[in-house]
Amino acid sequence: MNASVAVTQPRREGAALKTKDSQSLPLTRLATPGGKETTPRGTPVSEVAFEVDNLSCWFGQHQAVQDLSLQIPARAVTAIIGPSGCGKSTFLRSLNRMHELVRGSRLSGQIRLFGENIYGPRIDPTLIRRRVGMVFQKSNPFPTMSIRENVTVGLRLNGVRNRVALEERMERALRMAALWEEVKDHLDRPGTSLSGGQQQRLCIARALAVQPDVLLMDEPASALDPIATTKIEELIQELKKDYTIVIVTHNMQQAARCSDYTAFFYMGRLIECDKTDKVFTNPSNKQTEDYVSGRFG
Amino acid sequence: MERHFDQELADLKENLLRMAAFTEQSLAQALKALVQRDDALAKKVDADDAVLDKLEIEIDDRCVKLLALRQPTATDLRFITMAMRLSGELERIGDQAVNIAHRAEELNREPLLKPLVDIPRMADHAQGMIHNSLDAFVYAKPNLAREVIKRDEKVDLLNRQLHRELTSFMIEDPHTITRCLNLMSVAHNLERIADHATNIAEDIVYLYEGRDIRHQNELMTP
Amino acid sequence: MNTSSRYHAWRKIKNLTMSGVSFACAIVVIAPLGLVLFYLIAAGAGAIDWHFLTQLPKPVGETGGGMANAIVGTLALLGLASLIGVPVGVLGGVYLSEYSGERMNWWIRFGADVLNGVPSIVWGIVAYTLVVVPLKGFSAYAGGAALGFMMIPLIIRTTEEVLLLVPNGYREAALALGIPRWRINLQIVMKTALRGIVTGVLLAGARIAGETAPLLFTAFGNRFWTHHLKDPIAALPLQIFTYAISPYDDWHRQAWAGALVLILMIFLINIGVRALTRGRFSGATR
Repeated sequence: MNASVAVTQPRREGAALKTKDSQSLPLTRLATPGGKETTPRGTPVSEVAFEVDNLSCWFGQHQAVQDLSLQIPARAVTAIIGPSGCGKSTFLRSLNRMHELVRGSRLSGQIRLFGENIYGPRIDPTLIRRRVGMVFQKSNPFPTMSIRENVTVGLRLNGVRNRVALEERMERALRMAALWEEVKDHLDRPGTSLSGGQQQRLCIARALAVQPDVLLMDEPASALDPIATTKIEELIQELKKDYTIVIVTHNMQQAARCSDYTAFFYMGRLIECDKTDKVFTNPSNKQTEDYVSGRFG
Repeated sequence: MERHFDQELADLKENLLRMAAFTEQSLAQALKALVQRDDALAKKVDADDAVLDKLEIEIDDRCVKLLALRQPTATDLRFITMAMRLSGELERIGDQAVNIAHRAEELNREPLLKPLVDIPRMADHAQGMIHNSLDAFVYAKPNLAREVIKRDEKVDLLNRQLHRELTSFMIEDPHTITRCLNLMSVAHNLERIADHATNIAEDIVYLYEGRDIRHQNELMTP
Repeated sequence: MNTSSRYHAWRKIKNLTMSGVSFACAIVVIAPLGLVLFYLIAAGAGAIDWHFLTQLPKPVGETGGGMANAIVGTLALLGLASLIGVPVGVLGGVYLSEYSGERMNWWIRFGADVLNGVPSIVWGIVAYTLVVVPLKGFSAYAGGAALGFMMIPLIIRTTEEVLLLVPNGYREAALALGIPRWRINLQIVMKTALRGIVTGVLLAGARIAGETAPLLFTAFGNRFWTHHLKDPIAALPLQIFTYAISPYDDWHRQAWAGALVLILMIFLINIGVRALTRGRFSGATR
């Protein structure tokens, strides 16, 4: 008979025991925003990347975004969800001054990028667009250019000539886009010779090569098959360590999987914006709850 | 393909194992307090239970978030739902250990009734069952879990035996009633602990084989 | 739906009949082209020889001689016309497609379409007024100007159409990279549409290469070699015209040969330019 009952030993890897003095056993946390002091471009990082104040956007008479105020945190993924026509793409395009390129468009309100008003009177929109990159729904690598030329086009057409620097930036961008291993041996093939998922990653590399502060993504995976979609989502999780990412998606589950913060838009208005795990487990607003549960309409 | 989700699942597993280790320790200390008539240790077990409660809440919260955010399927889904159940079972085992500690303190007020024989035997079984079911979890051995389920009978048998013995004690000598009742309570706690270990084992079989063998008379060996 | 075999047979017959009719129409259209080409080769090939290609026209009455100066003259006029027509036309097309507003667009297109329909002799008059009168004489410049003006509306329209075919996605992607507008148009949009633009230019070139009327009182023609571009210059269409209305058989023969040479020249220019602009990767359009 065993009178002394032995204290069981800690079982295995990492299951080190804390004694009763430490009341809280720290659980390993989900990744939270944080990191380096500057963006890849060198802009000092505050907590907030974009501050949007009372933004309204029109296409002629139709008002697509109504009096919207929002803060987009830096070095995190913010997803924007909502039914079709709720103004999410319009909002996204106002963040990099592409809304104004549409004939008849109008905009009011203020948007500050790391404290600087991007619609200020003396601001050159081209420079804003270099700091805020964009990836589109349908991948569009330039057909007349090879993979190498596609990635470096943003640099070359903005005056960078140094071959060595271009090669280096190209390799870095392709590695960040998780495409380097797949294309490093045929960089001179046309950009359009890649598969759909690879083309989209090529477009991401192209956007990253100019080292933006922010990366906007307009439904980047909606035209892709599930495996390619997963690769893009994993890529987004990696990229958020260095970049602020804003992604518009009509796929709620994708927003749930990828993002740290979720904003729900409806009819041009912001209904709710909060941490993603809260929005999908216990949203504050009934409309949000109906939408994420699929009870809309 | 390596996913960020895989890391989150690994973290969840690690936290579960930490909770399990803590539970086992709690039970061991409670039994030690009983056998060695150690009041201080008994009080410690009581205080430490708060940690287990907190862990259960945190693990459950994490599981709910993973279900909402990651839309898991197949094994991932079974793992997360099983993790939620496992944390509940472990917490209740912890509560039973606290009960044992309380009984120990009560028993310490009076002299030892008789040398403990069956209770340590039951304790051995119970601890062994917990240990084996957790091993089955870590090393993916559902058949080991089935062994645990079979062992529950022995614990039930010992419980009934002890019950009879203590009843006869009480009839013979009414002054022993308090101590006997406390000892029966301890036996009951150990029997409950063994049941919880059985539940854990059934969950393990579900996790690795996808088959729900609860409430079946046979073990449905593949 | 009637699925009986008789109905099926009837549908088959209808199908075959329509296919046959379409085929016949195609033949009707292509046949004259083929016949013309065939006749041209038959009539002219015999007269083409080394002398024809290298000698100047002989004086009236003498047999032999060639059209060397006219061949060179046509090439020179094409070159001059392109200098005027291609930059203005292409850049005008770029403006129409990329920059201008709705109202402007409509007016420019309308204007270009009208000008495309203007009789070519009117262009000759314009060039006469603008070039011949100030320079006090007929010249290659005047001929090049007349032909160049003719090219402009053609190239504007074809360039614009081809540029509009470039998917907007490329422009957006380039804009999103922060590339200036003019760079996008030059190095991305135009590059993508390059083959189409070249086709348009070649078409315009082929059209003007055979124009005679505008050259009548601008280039005027020349029996000898032209040494300065401000002097009158010979051109194949002019020479063919002169020879064709003459009473001499020898000159008739040479006229046929000249026509054949003209067609061959256009053919070769076409192939040559296409070979030169054959990119590694074909663009999005034509």
